[in-house]
Order: sequence, then structure tokens, then C-alpha cells
Amino acid sequence: MFRTRPDHRTETVQVIVEGRALMVPEGSSAAAAILLAGLASIRETAVSGSPRLPWCMMGICFDCLTEIDGVANRQACMVPVAVGMRIARQHGARDVPR
Amino acid sequence: MTGRRFDAMVIGGGLVGSAIAWGLRREGLSVALLDEGDAAFRASRGNFGLVWVQSKGLGAPWYQRWTRQSAESWPGLADDLAKQNGLSLGLSQPGGLHLCLSDREMNKRAERLEQMKREAGNYGFEYRMLDAREARDLLPGLGPAVVGASFTPYDGHVSPLALLRSRHQGFTALGGVYLPNVKITGIATAPRNFLLETNLGTIQAERAVLAAGLGNAKLAPHFGLKAPVRPQRGQVLVTERTRAALPMPTTTIRQTGEGSIMLGDSVEEVGFDTRQSQPVMAEIAHRAALCFPWIGRLNVVRAWSALRVMSPDGLPIYD
Repeated sequence: MFRTRPDHRTETVQVIVEGRALMVPEGSSAAAAILLAGLASIRETAVSGSPRLPWCMMGICFDCLTEIDGVANRQACMVPVAVGMRIARQHGARDVPR
Repeated sequence: MTGRRFDAMVIGGGLVGSAIAWGLRREGLSVALLDEGDAAFRASRGNFGLVWVQSKGLGAPWYQRWTRQSAESWPGLADDLAKQNGLSLGLSQPGGLHLCLSDREMNKRAERLEQMKREAGNYGFEYRMLDAREARDLLPGLGPAVVGASFTPYDGHVSPLALLRSRHQGFTALGGVYLPNVKITGIATAPRNFLLETNLGTIQAERAVLAAGLGNAKLAPHFGLKAPVRPQRGQVLVTERTRAALPMPTTTIRQTGEGSIMLGDSVEEVGFDTRQSQPVMAEIAHRAALCFPWIGRLNVVRAWSALRVMSPDGLPIYD
């Protein structure tokens, strides 16, 4: 459903989205990587458990909350990708970091 | 706009005003509920949401009893409201803890609750001072800085926003007239005839109820009453939502039904200043992280300040 723009961008980095390796343009957000991965959802909401993908892409809607490099509840649209970044599904509310 | 007449008008659409308006409407009176706009101070929206008993009414046993009875009425009220409109208020009354971070705090707390029990007399006042280990059994994840806690079984918490919404919905569903964005420009009073000049025209009623929070200080003299209330600022921080982690509220920390953790209970005498201040926010966060180190690793997603409606001695005003 989502594709990268046709602009000529030579630099790409590899990230892992839900265990799958994926090349994305350097400077993309983690949310863009999630959309490029073609998943049906990346989290379930905290209260009703309904599935979500990134939406506003500008830090407002909080629908892109995901676990990035082991840290839960990160706003994927506000996090630039880095080589080897691991982006994982967030199931409902985060666990308490005891 | 031409004038409107009601059996009663309630000035102030917060938790108190909407409750009274709802009750009057239920008794069959025609009722106007007059609310201010977004510029209002809105303690009903900014407050922390505790249904709290254990520290209320020191030196005022009647207030202590009143608070207890009020907390005991809560389950019935929540059921009634839920039956009316299906809105859950997120009420939970599992008891509550006041956490102490030093022996000095612990001793002061023990003295306070002992006095509460003494003043309760035959009415009774159940409380326990818990050492750190006992407190940890009730609230897993307490940090090593917690020396102990006081516990009473009466305490709880509720969503103030859900309550306000439920009250307003109930009032209008009964045919009450809700008038927002009202600006009062003139007041005239006569026996059983109160008249307000407003931006919506004149509003007249046989009975008037003043429930305008901090606005009551200025309104009351027009009605031959005194309500010398003053603002007292409190600041609140809210974290991201987590799985259920706190089985009961403390005086300063509670987890909402949706999973957010609210941190609060600062007290500042700064007049009508609703700004936030970094040192106070830092202190709230610091104490919360001392109580529960894992809270220190959560993201704060919202913060605000609000003004308590405080009487000169902190006790209810009768006239």
C-alpha cells in the first residue's frame, strides 16, 4: 500500500520491523518504516485493544506508539531510523518498567 | 434576547453546580444551569480525582464524619448515574495509603491519624500505620526510600471528567436548561426573585444557588452572603498509560482506569496565577520516583496547574 517516493535517494539503512529486515531511506521516521513494512497494524490500543497503524505522522495523534529498541510507548513518527533499529509491536498499555 | 424565568438558577456548572441543578430538576423544578466559558478556572476539570478521607477534618470531627459519610455514599451515586446513562465513572474505593519518606514524616503522620481517631469518638476511625514491608505488600514496586505509610480503608478515587460529563448529561436529559458562556453584568435581588443581567439577556428565578467556585467570593455579597474563598494552586503531572500497576491510590499518586498515572498534590499560595513552575513539577516528579522508582522511567505526557477553592481555615463554610 505504501511506497517510497520516486526521488533519487541513494542512502538507505536496514531496520527490523516485527522481526523482518527492511531497507528504508536514511532520515525516514520509524513510522515510515512501519508503513513500508506493509503490516496491518503495529499496536493495539491501551483501553479497547483495537489495532492501529501510524496516522498523523507529526507527533500529535499517538497512534504510532511502538516498542523501539526495547523501549515501549515510543512515538515512531518522531524517531528517525538508525542502522539495525528494532521496531516491534506494542500490545496494549506498556508494562511497568520494574 | 428577551428574559427567561425559572424556578431556580444555579450559577456555576462544575461538579457542585451540576449536582445541585440535577437534584433540583429531579424534584420537578424548572432549572437553569449557568456556566462560564473556557476562561473559567474550572477546578472540576483540573482536580486530581481522589475520593479521600484519611486526612480530612483534623480538629473538626463533624467534617471528618461528613467526609466519611460522603465517601460511603459514593458507590450508590456511581450506580445511580451509571443506570441513568451508562457512563462509568471509574470509581474505585479499595482504601488508600499516605507514603512517608522519612521517620519524621512517619511520626507526624502517626500523630495526625491518632488525633483523627481520638476526635472521631464513638464514630470510630480505622487506620493502621504500616512499616515499609507491610506497605510493599499492598503496593508492589515501592522504592527503598519509603519508610512506611498510613492506611485507611475508606479512601478511593474516581474520574472527575467522567463525573462532570455524567452530571451534565443527566441534567439535560431531565429537561434542565444548560446555558454556557454566560457573562453576568448585573445582579438584582428581592425576596423570592433574583434577576441576572447577562450577555444572553435577563434571567430570573425564585431561587438562586451560588456554585461558582472561586467566583463565589465576588458573587456572594450581591446576595447578602459571605464566601471568602481564595485560590490555592496545585500542579499535576500525568504519565503515559501502563498496565494496571497500582492497586490503590496514595495521597499523591493514582492510576486511572485507563492506565495513566497521575502525580500531584502540590500546594502554592500564588493568587490567580495558573502558570506551572519547573521547581514544583520537578519536586512532584522527584517524590514520585522516590516512592516508585519505576515511575521515574515513564514518559510524562501532560501537565497542568489548577486552583483549589480554599476557605480561610480549609474547612467548609456555613452561613
